[in-house]
Amino acid sequence: MRQPPTEPIIEISDVNKFFEEFQALANVSLEIYLGERTVICGPSGSGKSTLIRCINGLEHHDSGTIKVDGEYLTRSNASLRSVRSKAGMVFQQFNLFPHLTVLDNLTLGPMRSRGFSKREAQDLAMLYLERVRIPEQSSKFPRQLSGGQQQRVAIARSLCMEPKIMLFDEPTSALDPEMISEVLDVIIELADSGMTMICVTHEMGFARKVADTMVFMDFGEIVESSPPERFFENPNSERCRDFLQKILHH
Amino acid sequence: MIRVKFLAFAAAVSTLASCSSSWGWYVVNPSTTSGLNNLKFLVGGLYYTIALSLTAIAISITVGLVIALPGLASHRALRNINRLYVELVRAVPILVLILWVYYGMPQMTGLSITVFWAGVIALALSDSAFEAEIFRAGIQSIDKGQYEAAHSISLGYVDTMRFVILPQAVRRILPALGNQLVYMLKMSSLVSVIGMQELTRKANELVVTEYRPLEIYTILVLEYLVLILAVSAGVRWLEKRMQSDQSK
Repeated sequence: MRQPPTEPIIEISDVNKFFEEFQALANVSLEIYLGERTVICGPSGSGKSTLIRCINGLEHHDSGTIKVDGEYLTRSNASLRSVRSKAGMVFQQFNLFPHLTVLDNLTLGPMRSRGFSKREAQDLAMLYLERVRIPEQSSKFPRQLSGGQQQRVAIARSLCMEPKIMLFDEPTSALDPEMISEVLDVIIELADSGMTMICVTHEMGFARKVADTMVFMDFGEIVESSPPERFFENPNSERCRDFLQKILHH
Repeated sequence: MIRVKFLAFAAAVSTLASCSSSWGWYVVNPSTTSGLNNLKFLVGGLYYTIALSLTAIAISITVGLVIALPGLASHRALRNINRLYVELVRAVPILVLILWVYYGMPQMTGLSITVFWAGVIALALSDSAFEAEIFRAGIQSIDKGQYEAAHSISLGYVDTMRFVILPQAVRRILPALGNQLVYMLKMSSLVSVIGMQELTRKANELVVTEYRPLEIYTILVLEYLVLILAVSAGVRWLEKRMQSDQSK
């Protein structure tokens, strides 16, 4: 990790989240610093997706505080829009807008919420399409692209908002196996460029490569949070050891 | 298939011809002056039928959308406003609404209203409840991920609806909207009761002077048929065009 700056860019303290009776997050506290790459893993239903969805307000936490880049996240529209412009999100199911071309998918955010002109937004969009290596697909519609290409477009769409933080919610889980690496390569490149990111994933090879911090969640709690060397070689908790054994040896 | 249709058509024509004793097509025979005038008189109602229906559908779609949106809100009070409107308006028969708007409302408000606008208001009001339900269903059918993606690029409610949700919803409900337009064209015939000079009123007036209801109402049926087939073709064309948008 880089030298720790004075204040974390994301500060989560004592966050609880319930869905009806089910507790999805239990007293979760986590600090993330500028430029830090965090990978969250854990069994399904452990609260990892809920956690990153809370960070940009797609889910509302019931108690505790979430502070993103110096701002406390509340339910007010102003707070939500401000936090969302700082934290980009990439979804498992891509969620591209099917009625818009790739280029229009990318320019919508900059034009409508950043005040860019059409021309400026298009230049920006092409810049990021080149970065995810599919500039030639700009005039196509999402359904004409492969899953891997769609996810790369979705990453570019988030980058067009020029966020300080990128959140990835199982970005490769909906992909055919042969397309996983093209998406991971793009994310690795992004990580190398110094982007602060939180990624929920089961791709442990990828995690080992990019993570500064590994977080393991189970039953809505953060069970373990440590640098990847220690996390993979010598995890503290029994639950984490169990989980790693299951996903690493099959 | 074509042969079957042709045979059915030939059978229908010969049946009609065989009861020639009871038909008197002279009333609308375009080769005679009076027949031609009668035809012109009948077709003259087309303008008001179309103007009335298009104005009413434009208003009812707008009102329907405005009413649909609170129906999707998370606040119960807002949803109740939607339900109340839909249930109330849907419960009034169109004919009753036409009479109420034309004869009743001026008494209540002290303002006189033309036949045309009374018809537009009654038809639009009545149809808006159905449009509201169509829009609500269309919007509800859009995947939650689309809202999340829109929110994640910082779009507010209005932009999310305008650029992301509604364009997709409208594509899905286009057949239903086309249905409502067809329905509107047919219901516009009811406005004849307050004296609107549309297709049905014209036919009624001609029947009174010519005493040939069979021929005149047959022409009336054909007029609506042509109009509605044209609308169907238009809607289908629009559907195809919107689909090709996404799969070129």
